[in-house]
Amino acid sequence: MLIPHPLLGPRDAGEFTYLGDARLLERPDGLGPDAPAAFHDYVYLRDNIAGVQRELWFHEQGDRSWLVVTRDTLTHEILKAELARDVVLARKEAGK
Amino acid sequence: MTRLSGGVIDRSRTLSFTFDGQAYQGHPGDTLASALLANGVRLMGRSFKYHRPRGVLSAGSEEPNALVELRTGARREPNTRATVVELFDGLEAKSQNRWPSLSFDALAVNDLFAPFFAAGFYYKTFMWPKAFWEKVYEPAIRRAAGLGSLSMLPDPDAYDKGFLHCDLLVIGGGAAGLSAALTAARSGARVILADEDFRLGGRLLAESGPFTDQSVDAWIAGLEAEFASLPNLRVMRRTTVWGAYDHGIFAALERVADHLSTPGEGVRQTLWRITAKRAVLAAGATERHIPFANNDRPGIMLSGALRAYANRWAVRPAERVAIFTNNDDGHRTALDLRAKGVEVAAVVDSRAEAKVLGDYPLLAGALVTGSRGRLGLKAIRVAQHGRDQWIPCGALGVSGGWNPNVHLASHHRGRPVWDEAQQTFLPGEEGPPGLIPAGAAVGEGSTHAALMSGARAAVKALDALGIKASPPNLPEAEDRPLGLKPLWHVPGKARAWVDFQNDVTVKDIALAHQENMRPVEHLKRWTTLGMATDQGKTANVTALAVMAELTGKTIPETGTTIFRPPYTPVSLSALGGGNTGTHFRPRRLTPTHVWAEGRGAVFVEVGQWMRAQYFPRPGEKTWRETVDREVLATRAGVGICDVTTLGKIDVQGKDAGAFLNRIYCNAMASLKVGMVRYGLMLREDGQAWDDGTCARLAEDQYVVTTTTAQAGPIYRHMEFCRQGLWPELDVQLISTTDAWAQLSVAGPQARVLLERIVDGFDLSNAAFPFMACGELTIAGGLRARLFRISFSGELAYEIAVPARYGAALMGRLVSLGADLGATPYGTEALGVLRIEKGHAAGNELNGQTTAQMLGMGRMVSVKKDSIGAVQSRREGMAADSRRLVGLVPVAATDPVVAGSHLFTEGAVHNTGTDQGWITSACYSPHVGSAIGLGFLTEGEARQGEVVIAANPLEGQAIRLRVVSPHFVDPEGGRLRV
Repeated sequence: MLIPHPLLGPRDAGEFTYLGDARLLERPDGLGPDAPAAFHDYVYLRDNIAGVQRELWFHEQGDRSWLVVTRDTLTHEILKAELARDVVLARKEAGK
Repeated sequence: MTRLSGGVIDRSRTLSFTFDGQAYQGHPGDTLASALLANGVRLMGRSFKYHRPRGVLSAGSEEPNALVELRTGARREPNTRATVVELFDGLEAKSQNRWPSLSFDALAVNDLFAPFFAAGFYYKTFMWPKAFWEKVYEPAIRRAAGLGSLSMLPDPDAYDKGFLHCDLLVIGGGAAGLSAALTAARSGARVILADEDFRLGGRLLAESGPFTDQSVDAWIAGLEAEFASLPNLRVMRRTTVWGAYDHGIFAALERVADHLSTPGEGVRQTLWRITAKRAVLAAGATERHIPFANNDRPGIMLSGALRAYANRWAVRPAERVAIFTNNDDGHRTALDLRAKGVEVAAVVDSRAEAKVLGDYPLLAGALVTGSRGRLGLKAIRVAQHGRDQWIPCGALGVSGGWNPNVHLASHHRGRPVWDEAQQTFLPGEEGPPGLIPAGAAVGEGSTHAALMSGARAAVKALDALGIKASPPNLPEAEDRPLGLKPLWHVPGKARAWVDFQNDVTVKDIALAHQENMRPVEHLKRWTTLGMATDQGKTANVTALAVMAELTGKTIPETGTTIFRPPYTPVSLSALGGGNTGTHFRPRRLTPTHVWAEGRGAVFVEVGQWMRAQYFPRPGEKTWRETVDREVLATRAGVGICDVTTLGKIDVQGKDAGAFLNRIYCNAMASLKVGMVRYGLMLREDGQAWDDGTCARLAEDQYVVTTTTAQAGPIYRHMEFCRQGLWPELDVQLISTTDAWAQLSVAGPQARVLLERIVDGFDLSNAAFPFMACGELTIAGGLRARLFRISFSGELAYEIAVPARYGAALMGRLVSLGADLGATPYGTEALGVLRIEKGHAAGNELNGQTTAQMLGMGRMVSVKKDSIGAVQSRREGMAADSRRLVGLVPVAATDPVVAGSHLFTEGAVHNTGTDQGWITSACYSPHVGSAIGLGFLTEGEARQGEVVIAANPLEGQAIRLRVVSPHFVDPEGGRLRV
C-alpha cells in the first residue's frame, strides 16, 4: 500500500507502524467522575470496521508523524490522510 | 535427433546436458523440455499419487507434469518445470518422485490401489485407530508426499530485492504486450515491459506465419532495436510478474542467472517491487485439454504445445501424430506439422460439422476414447459413428479451447466472469484498480485482435494519466475464429485425468459430487484439485465444467475459480532476498563493541543489539567463573559496563514536566533540576509496562531512559501521546539512544575512579548526592553527562559521552582504574548484580504484572491523570496480592529455576493452588548460593516461610525460603556514601 503522507507525499506502507481505530485519540479525562467506565470503553471497545475506517498509522521509518488515515478496509482504498496533531487540535478547538 | 527445419534455436552451437545421468545435446534457445523431446525423450516424470509415467503436457509455465530436479549439491533445486528451464551447457537434471528409476518405479503399485486413493482419501483412510495417526499414518504420508527433494544445504547464491517505478507496466511480451509497450514507449511515458520468457514474442514465436505482411522475426528484431533506443522503456526478460498488490504495486521475479550454471559474482534472482500508475495485463491464455480414458501418457500434450515445439524449437515429437480437438485451432497444429513434413495420422474433431482445412485425414464427429503405451503413447482409440478403431501414433495434440490467463486480474478478489460465446472465463471488473487486461487474457486471442487490443489498452491507460498516445502501425495478422464447440470431457468408465499434477480424475470429481463436496472450494480440498506447483492452470476450469455437468447447472452457477499470488512458484531464497543469517535483520553494535572484542568478550543478542555478555580471562574454565569474578570485583572495587543500549529520549519544552507527569504513573514535574527519579510507565490497561530513570537537566529539559527491549515501542508511545493526545503541550521528543555512549561505573571505588577523569567536577557526596545528575566535561574538555544512579546497589554512576568517544572512555577508565581493580563486566554480571539488589527488569515487567505486584503500588499517583492510572485501580487488578519476593534454596546446593511455579508446602500442584512464579534466577556469589526473584501470593507477609518451586517439565520440586528481594544492602546505605 501507499499512504499519502500530508507532508511527504506517497510513502510505502512498510515505513509505517499500524495502531488501529483512531478513536484512541479521544482519551477520556482520568480525573473525571465517570473515568472508570469511560476508560473501560476507551481501552477495550475499539472498532474494527469492514469498510471505511479512520485509523492510526505511525511513520516510524520516516518523519515520526502519527497520521489519521481514512481507509476502506475492504478495498484498501485510502480516502484521506491527516496529521493526528491537526485532527486533535481541531477537535479541541471546536470543543472550546 | 529429431529436429525439423526452422525454429528459433542457434544450431551453430551445441550444448551438452544430462538427464538422469544420460548425456544429451541441445542448442541455445532450447528449453530442457524441447531438448529432451528433440532427443526422443518423452518420459520425464512420475505423477504425484499414482506414480504414473508422465511426459511434457505444455510448452510453458503452466506445465503440470515435467517437473525435474536441476543441478547438484547445494544448488540442487526440486520441482523446476522442464518447459521453462533454459538450456545451458553442463546442465544436470534428474527426474523425481520415482524409485529406483524413472522407467521402473516401485511406487507405481499405488496405481493398482487407485480405489483407495480416491477423492478425500486423506480424510477417509487414516481416521482410525486414532493412536495410529501420529506414529504410523502421518510419518508414512510425509515420506510418500512431496515431489522433489531439497538439498538440505544452505543456498550458496546471492539474491536481491529492488524497487522500480513506472507510468505503465506491461505484463507479458506477446502480441498484445509488445503492441502495448510500443504504443506506450513511443508516447514518452515511463514503461516497463516484463515477460517470463527469455525471448520476446510470446505465442508469436510458436506460430507459423501469424503475420500476413511480414515475418515475426523481422518485426521483433525491429522492435528490439527500437526498444533499445528508448530510455523511457525498460524491457525485463526472464521476469515473471507474479502478484498484484494494493495501490499499483506488483511483485516480479527476475531470474537473472538461472540460465547460467552458476551466477558467478552476480545475483541469481532479483525480487522486484514495481510501483506502476497503470498496468496492462497481456498474460495470454492457456490451452485446455479434454479428459479421456488414459489421457496422461507421455506423448499426449496440448495441441498448441505440439505446434510450439515444432515451430519454435524445430522438434518433431513423433513420426506420426494425431490431433484431438473441438475447435479449429487443433487443425492449425495439423497444418503446421504437415508443412514441416510430419505425418498426421488423423485429426479427431468432436464437431460433426468440422471441415478439413488441408492435407490430413479428418474424423469429424469423433472422440478419442482411450490410449495405449506404458511409458509412451503408441496408439489412440477413436470412436466415430458408433465404431471404434485404434490409430497408431507417437504423439497426440489435444485442443479444448483456451483459458485466458486472468490470474493477476483476480488478485484483488476480482471474480472472473463467464463468457458464454467464447466458453471461457474473462477478467472481471473488480480486479486491481488500474490494471487493464488485453489480448488473449481478455479473450482477444487472434493475432490481429491481440495486437489491436494491446495498443488500445495502452492508449486507454495513458489517457487516464494525461499522456497522449496513439496506436502505431501494426503488422497485418491472422484473425481466424476458433469455431469452438464445448467438449469438457469424453464420458467413459476408465480414469480420465483432469488435474495431472495431483492425479485428479473425472471419477474423483464425480465422487466429490456424490459426497456433496460440490462448491468449488470444497471440491478443491476434497480432491486436491488445483494444488501444488501449477495451481491447476490446466485443470481448474475443466474441473468446474465437469462439476457443472454433474450438478446440471451452468458453469457460472457452479462457481468461478480465483487465483492468489504467486502466478508461478517463487523460491523462498528470492523472497528472503539478502536477509539471511546475520543479515536477517540489522545488527546494532555498541560503541565499545570493537574494544570488547579485543578483550575477548563473548557476545549475546539483545533485540537487535550485540552486547558483551562476559569477559573471560585466561584460565577461567566456565562462564560462571568469569561472571562470579566480575560481580565480586564490582562489589569490592569498581566495575564498568556499557549500558548504551538502554533507550534514551530527550524531552524538551516548556511543558516537558507536565507531559512526563502524564506519561509516568509517578510525579515527574516536581523533580528538581539536577536530580534523577525512578519512573514507572503503565499501559493504558493498567499493567506495568516499562521502567527507567528520568533526569532533569534543565527547567525545560529531561532525559528519560527505557529498557533496551522497549526503547522503540516507548518512543512510539510517547510520540503518540505528544501528537495524538496532548498536541497543545509545548514539548518535543527525540531519541538519542545512538547519540550517547553510556557506561555504568559501579562499586565502592567508582567515585575515586571518576575523579581521575572529570575536569574538576565536584563529585563529593554533598555536592553530587545519590540521584544527582549534571552536565560536565571530562578528559580535558569532552562534554559528558553524569547520573548518580545504581542498578547494582553499589555506589554507582552512569556517564554518557558522544557515542564516538565511548570506546576511548571505556579504555581510559579501565586503564586509569587498574590499581582500583577496575573490571569490565557484561550483561550476565549486570543481571546478577541487579537480582542481588532486587531490582525489577524485563522478566518482572513482562506485561502481566502491576505496580502493586512490584511493590510500587503507592507510586501510582491519585492526584494526577496519567496513562494507565485509572485502569490500574480496577477491582481485579487492585485485588492481586502477589508481591515481589526473594527466594533462596533451603539446601544451599539446590538450584533456583526461573519459570518454576510456587506452591505452599504439601499442596497439590495445579493452577488452582498456584501461588506465583519465579521471574529471575542466578547464582549469587554474594549470597553463596542460587537466588531468585518471584511473585508470591501475599508475598510481603510470608518472609521466612518455605515454599515449593515446581518445575514439572524436569520433574523438579525444590524447597525455597521466602526472603526480602534485596539480598544486598537492603537499607540502601551503600548507594548513598
